[in-house]
Amino acid sequence: MEYTDVVMENFTCPKHVGEVEGANGIGQVGSPACGDIMKIFLKINDDDIIEDASFKTFGCGAAVASSSMATDMIIGKSIEEAAKLTNSDVVDALGGLPDVKIHCSVLAAEAIQAAIEDYKKNKKK
Amino acid sequence: MKRIYLDHAATTPIDPIVLEAMLPSLTGNYGNPSSIYVEGRAAKKSIEAARLQIATAINADTREIYFTGSGSEADNWAIKGIAMKNQAKGKHIISTTIEHHAVLHTCQYLEKQGFEVTYLPVDENGLISLDDLKKAIRKDTILVSIMFANNEIGTIEPIKAIGEIVKEKGIIFHTDAVQALGNIPIDVKDLNVDLISLSAHKIYGPKGIGVLYIRKGVPIDNLIHGGAQERKKRAGTENTAEIVAFGKAAELANQHLEENAIHMKTLRDVLIKGVMEKIPQVRLNGHPQQRLPGNANFCFDYIEGESILLSLDIIGVAGSSGSACTSGSLDPSHVLLAIGLPAGVAHGSLRLSIGKSTTLEDINYVVDNLVVIIERLRKMSPINAECPIDDAVFEKADHHKH
Ligand SMILES: Cc1ncc(COP(=O)(O)O)c(C=O)c1O
Ligand code: FES
Repeated sequence: MEYTDVVMENFTCPKHVGEVEGANGIGQVGSPACGDIMKIFLKINDDDIIEDASFKTFGCGAAVASSSMATDMIIGKSIEEAAKLTNSDVVDALGGLPDVKIHCSVLAAEAIQAAIEDYKKNKKK
Repeated sequence: MKRIYLDHAATTPIDPIVLEAMLPSLTGNYGNPSSIYVEGRAAKKSIEAARLQIATAINADTREIYFTGSGSEADNWAIKGIAMKNQAKGKHIISTTIEHHAVLHTCQYLEKQGFEVTYLPVDENGLISLDDLKKAIRKDTILVSIMFANNEIGTIEPIKAIGEIVKEKGIIFHTDAVQALGNIPIDVKDLNVDLISLSAHKIYGPKGIGVLYIRKGVPIDNLIHGGAQERKKRAGTENTAEIVAFGKAAELANQHLEENAIHMKTLRDVLIKGVMEKIPQVRLNGHPQQRLPGNANFCFDYIEGESILLSLDIIGVAGSSGSACTSGSLDPSHVLLAIGLPAGVAHGSLRLSIGKSTTLEDINYVVDNLVVIIERLRKMSPINAECPIDDAVFEKADHHKH
């Protein structure tokens, strides 16, 4: 099994690690496959644009790289656009993932969707 | 960058002396050992010399040493061969929950063929209980297979005591000593063991060569059928070069057993002490004393093993993990689960196995860097003492497996 250079880069120097200050959408999902956990923090402005995003991940190299890449991809996007981000988009951006590691990218897409749902719920209140 | 290899339980580099010993068999000494002319006889002679070296290393008779294609083959042969040959007497086998897959999957295969297998549990240190063993023995038990030392957590099982119990009942006893060879003394005259699996690549020999020790008179079927090699017990033209190499590796391992063990144990204890003292929220897996001299196995709370391995690899260190994420199957190590670790904790496991060439500088470098790596990964983790791992995730994971 081998990771691409992009994966390794995103693992070694992940972008957007931690908890964004003033996050108003937080999503956490666990992988049923391996039991790993990913948490995404979004700071969304009044126009529903994602101003900043960050993550915390308990998982493998692919999971860390996927979170780094996915958060990077959605910053500046509207929540509608961000919600459409699929795991294949993340895999493509990473230059591919080994077959057994595809589910790690699914975590990233799902965590973002969960964070957006959380934001919408908070907004209604 | 200098590499620091700390995965000797996975495999070891070939010792230059071993390589030198095997090279002539790859170049000049090419005869088929079954041929009666000079070339054949020369090859045969070098194989018999190697057989003697291995027999000497475990205090056996040369006629009890059979070369196989790997340690895995030796395990398969021992278990399937005994099961097939002795099934008229009974179809019950006893093993443990922490065996290597070569034993575990062979037992599972036999279960599908109508055999019954009892897998003895282990305590939190990885030891089986002799009482459990005694209770598990039945009238129709034909084989007990319990590993000498565990490849993941390094725990050494009480093989001699097990042998005594098993022998009294007239049951055949196999032990997988692949991890024990070269690390702890193995004396078949002292042990009451009927079958022992060995492998060359864990003792600075080449990969793809193993041995099954079969005590004289033990009734066993063949696994590999064909020609009359290995006294008609294991067919296939002999792998002369690797057999010679295994012989040399076993001889060296035996000669330097004590000094190597002391060297590894000293470094292992520095490693364990360093990690336990400098890194919070860590546990040592395996028995604190009764463990392989080169084995250290830790669990770091709140982080995942593959991330630790990748981080170590980047700074030049090779190690291994029982984490689900590194297994290909996405199941956490069966050994770590067997010693009672929750799946979430087993996730953060790291095995570092020391070899004869490991140095104190290597260990100090690893400890110092681990401190930084673990801290960095923990900062990245969504779980911690206040926010423990969501058990629901692991329940789901369990469902997924079946
Ligand atoms: C305990 C144990 N048994 C069996 C084996 C298999 O040996 P081999 O790699 O020679 O097939 C190994 C090594 O992977 C091992 O550690
Ligand atoms: S997150 Fe566990 S395998 Fe990737």
